[in-house]
Amino acid sequence: MTNTIHRFKQGEDHIIVDVNSGGVHIVDELVYEMVGCLEPPLAEEMPESLIGELKKFPEEDVRECYAEIYELYKDKILFSEDEYRKYADIAVKAPIKAMCLHVSHDCNLRCKYCFASTGDFGTGRKIMTPETGRKAIDFLIEKSMGRQNLELDFFGGEPLMAWETIKATVDYARSVEKEHGKNFRFTVTTNGMLLDDEKIEYINREMSNCVLSLDGRKEVNDNARPTPNGKGCYDIIVPKYKKLVAGRVNEGRTDYYVRGTFTKYNLDFVEDVLHIAELGFDQLSVEPVSAPADAPYAITEEDLPKIYEQYDRLYEIMAESVEKTGKKPFNFFHYMIDLDQGPCAVKRLRGCGCGNEYVAVTPDGDIYPCHQFVGIDEWKMGNIYTGDVDPKIADYFAKTHIYSKKGCSDCWARFYCSGGCNANGFTYEGDVRTPYKLQCALMRKRVECGIALAVKVKEANAAK
Amino acid sequence: MKHIKTINKANLKETAAKGGCGKCQTSCQSACKTSCTIANQQCEANK
Repeated sequence: MTNTIHRFKQGEDHIIVDVNSGGVHIVDELVYEMVGCLEPPLAEEMPESLIGELKKFPEEDVRECYAEIYELYKDKILFSEDEYRKYADIAVKAPIKAMCLHVSHDCNLRCKYCFASTGDFGTGRKIMTPETGRKAIDFLIEKSMGRQNLELDFFGGEPLMAWETIKATVDYARSVEKEHGKNFRFTVTTNGMLLDDEKIEYINREMSNCVLSLDGRKEVNDNARPTPNGKGCYDIIVPKYKKLVAGRVNEGRTDYYVRGTFTKYNLDFVEDVLHIAELGFDQLSVEPVSAPADAPYAITEEDLPKIYEQYDRLYEIMAESVEKTGKKPFNFFHYMIDLDQGPCAVKRLRGCGCGNEYVAVTPDGDIYPCHQFVGIDEWKMGNIYTGDVDPKIADYFAKTHIYSKKGCSDCWARFYCSGGCNANGFTYEGDVRTPYKLQCALMRKRVECGIALAVKVKEANAAK
Repeated sequence: MKHIKTINKANLKETAAKGGCGKCQTSCQSACKTSCTIANQQCEANK
């Protein structure tokens, strides 16, 4: 099968994706079967062999279908060619415009699957000083050069343990952004334990997005996310999340996510998605754990059929709502695909920006390609106090794209995931440029569901 | 067309010519932080 198209069935729909143009087509069974028999380049005259290969269909219909396929081929929205390699070939390192600021290498929960060694990334428990936070702002302003929109995510550990540093950093950035022609967008990823009215008001005023960790059902959440003394956190955090989200919703905002992690212990994670929705949240993300295969909670290849079944189930629930009401019951992060206004093709060549336009900074000011590389000496890129950033590592990541990553240029989903998570490749495959196979399998399934759901929404809108 | 319904603009190639302006969100600064998904983001140059 050529890698220029991808065909799949979702529910009752037969869907064909033209990989290189981004075209999405709903087709009947005959077209679906026929494209499986074709390889570009296509001839205007239909190959007579198709009559035999598709003998269960009337010959007249076969000829009619081929004519339609050929028309789309001529329009370059079916079996179209990959013309993007030339952009990847000239890829150079970009200004740094996004930062994951580790204000806290400490945490007040002891999540069993924590990739950050319960918050300290294996480097000792530390809180960033306000001075270092302000220095990070100066560093980002300088290194962003002509970029106007700058992103800074407060991360940890648990970032709210460094509340004074967060406020000092935000207030300083606001005081200098105009004179430098910058627009700071702050986000925070929190476990919610330290939220109170003052912090909620400040976060809702200053943060353009916030990610609120909750794994779903109380027993699932409390098993995975205990406090240091072994108690669950669900009853503490859920009322706080409701208050924070209400403050946003009252202003017509949807810029938050309640984000959960699923593991081998809750492979029925759709129950957790639905539970979070029942709590009244409608911006949801529940994602597979990132863990070594020998961890007892790790997702392994044998879990894939069950997880696919769950993704299909979630698709069916959301699609049914679209058909009945014209809209999705909630947003599910991994099914959010905009078929018309998505990122440009150049952006899609190397998705995450890690080590290139995006870096992570530790409480000591050390710079790493992203939060998942923190604490690994060979990937340390510099320090914000010296201002030096290892040009070799930055250049390496600039040249890490779908044409340099193993297997991506043959994968139909390459313009949807853009090569996947570099850190996962390094951690689980031993090489940044080798995508993590398990994540690839999950990604392809989610992209299928996301495209199919986007089709449902489009059709519902067209019928209005 | 009788057998095929094209759902979207299929304009990825057009976006390449004037793409790469850098205004948009860095994709790892989203909800995921582990499972990079890019197609759910929006082009800010067209806003």
